[in-house]
Amino acid sequence: MSRLPITKTPKVYVGGAFIRSESSRVFPLPDARGDFFANIPQCTRKDLRNAVEAAAKAGPGWAKRTAYNRGQILYRLGEMLEARAAEMTAALIRFGAPKARAAREVGLTVDRLIYYAGWADKYEQVLGSVNPVAAPYFNFTVTEPMGVVGVIAPDTLPLLGLVSMVAPAIVSGNTVVALASERHPYPAILLGEMLATSDLPGGVVNLLTGFRKELVPTFATHTHLRAISAAVTASERKTIELGAAESVKRTHFVDAEKTDWFGDRAQSLYEIRDFLELKTTWHPVGA
Amino acid sequence: MVCDLMKAGQSASLRKLFDEIGPVDCVGIEERVAKYATRSIKKVAKVWGLKTAVSMLDLTTLEGKDTPGKVASLCRKALRPSDDPAVPSVAAVCVYPSMVRHAKKHVAGTSVKVASVATAFPSGQAPLKTRLAEVRAAVADGADEIDMVINRGAFLEGEFGEVQDEISAVVEACGAAALKVILEVSELETYDNIRAASFLAMEVIRAGDFIKTSTGKTSLNATLGNNQVMIEAIRDFYLDTGVAIGMKPAGGIRTAKQSLQFLIAIKETLGDAWLTNKRYRFGASSLLNDLLRQLEKEKTGAYQAPYYFSEATESY
Repeated sequence: MSRLPITKTPKVYVGGAFIRSESSRVFPLPDARGDFFANIPQCTRKDLRNAVEAAAKAGPGWAKRTAYNRGQILYRLGEMLEARAAEMTAALIRFGAPKARAAREVGLTVDRLIYYAGWADKYEQVLGSVNPVAAPYFNFTVTEPMGVVGVIAPDTLPLLGLVSMVAPAIVSGNTVVALASERHPYPAILLGEMLATSDLPGGVVNLLTGFRKELVPTFATHTHLRAISAAVTASERKTIELGAAESVKRTHFVDAEKTDWFGDRAQSLYEIRDFLELKTTWHPVGA
Repeated sequence: MVCDLMKAGQSASLRKLFDEIGPVDCVGIEERVAKYATRSIKKVAKVWGLKTAVSMLDLTTLEGKDTPGKVASLCRKALRPSDDPAVPSVAAVCVYPSMVRHAKKHVAGTSVKVASVATAFPSGQAPLKTRLAEVRAAVADGADEIDMVINRGAFLEGEFGEVQDEISAVVEACGAAALKVILEVSELETYDNIRAASFLAMEVIRAGDFIKTSTGKTSLNATLGNNQVMIEAIRDFYLDTGVAIGMKPAGGIRTAKQSLQFLIAIKETLGDAWLTNKRYRFGASSLLNDLLRQLEKEKTGAYQAPYYFSEATESY
């Protein structure tokens, strides 16, 4: 007996909910063979604004959780992806990734999550310090999350690239608004479904899909974004740097072509440090 | 708000009142106000609306922890909300009676008025003599406007004469000060009751006085729905008598977007004559910050972080 196939409407994951663009706009996404696959939300700068509000609302609660708990949740996200690895791999292949590379990309994405999960309750010991001073004080430096971080993900390796940029930002208590790869947005939509089942509080990671041309200028100028982590072209980089200077935000650029995303050097403690503020306090030595 | 049809249980006095003023079409109101949220106000009109909303604000602090210092900083913000001179002063600062003299020092001689809640705000549960004395004291200290609460107990008992007599007594105690009559809509329970209370108040106050939704101290505050019931009452009363009464929604209006929707309701129900702070006010404390934030966004084109516009919120 034949039946009508039920196709999925891809929606973006913002504030813990799956939503369409406020504009109701979509763009058609063909698969690697050129067949129509689905209509993807074409998010607007208003969607970006709403996502930043959601991220800011989720932020204080996320940052207050214990480091150990944040690590557990990131680990749980790895578990969710591992369990649905076949589905994710199939999605990557459908959009043109060679079979072996797709499987490797998904596997390594899980490993990357586990890597940063491990750092959750350890980076503070490495990046913080007790400083020698010439007065009767304990002087120590501790780290604090910055706030809402914008991520603009690369087109190469749409899953691994995105996760490699999001995970080090959120592990310390930041929240993220990320723009998925414009060319291959579907893995990010699938990732959203895994985020939703991973104990990660809604709003900590918000994933948008849409056109860079429309969204990069708003990422650059939005004053509520404290930092931006971007895999972008030279002209986009200029836009971001100008906007970031105006809105006083930290920039972190990734060269998507030159980065060996599969290599060990694509993951590092310093990726976590780039989205931290360092706070130094002087405490009188008690009698 | 419950859509409550005329019930057999209604008191005779209420039924008699509705024979005169007519009941509220509850579903019609809800449908009407749902449309206000769909209007698209952009660019020049939006900036005009935001600035008008600023000029209509009763910037309010009604807390047990209010101090003269806190009121002073509120007054400075009321006079000059933004470093942009194109942004107007707000209409008034709204404080407790004990703070009136402190506020008056800072805004005397300017366009900013001092409004004071009085009459045992927010419950109104004090002897009439005490409530009137409070009003006189606030006026003597320099209050330009008095926000009173009606006797909800008497209203719900059907003692409309008592409700009106008390309002009349407060009108008299106000002297030259304008009066705003708080109906406390959340305790009136139905749209019909809100309309009835609006008329009872309007019949005894003066042109230029206001009716006001709520104290902001209960769970349900100003909504587009109860605002609509009240401004339609104002419209009907104006068409009947020629007396123009003002309106002040208060409590729960926190975003610029909401305030624009209220302005749309005014424009489409009462017309341009009410789009002035002489006839329409917003009672709010945090709304101003969001209005300034949206004005800055319109000016610079960049979305603004809320922590640049408020005194004490977390800065995540």
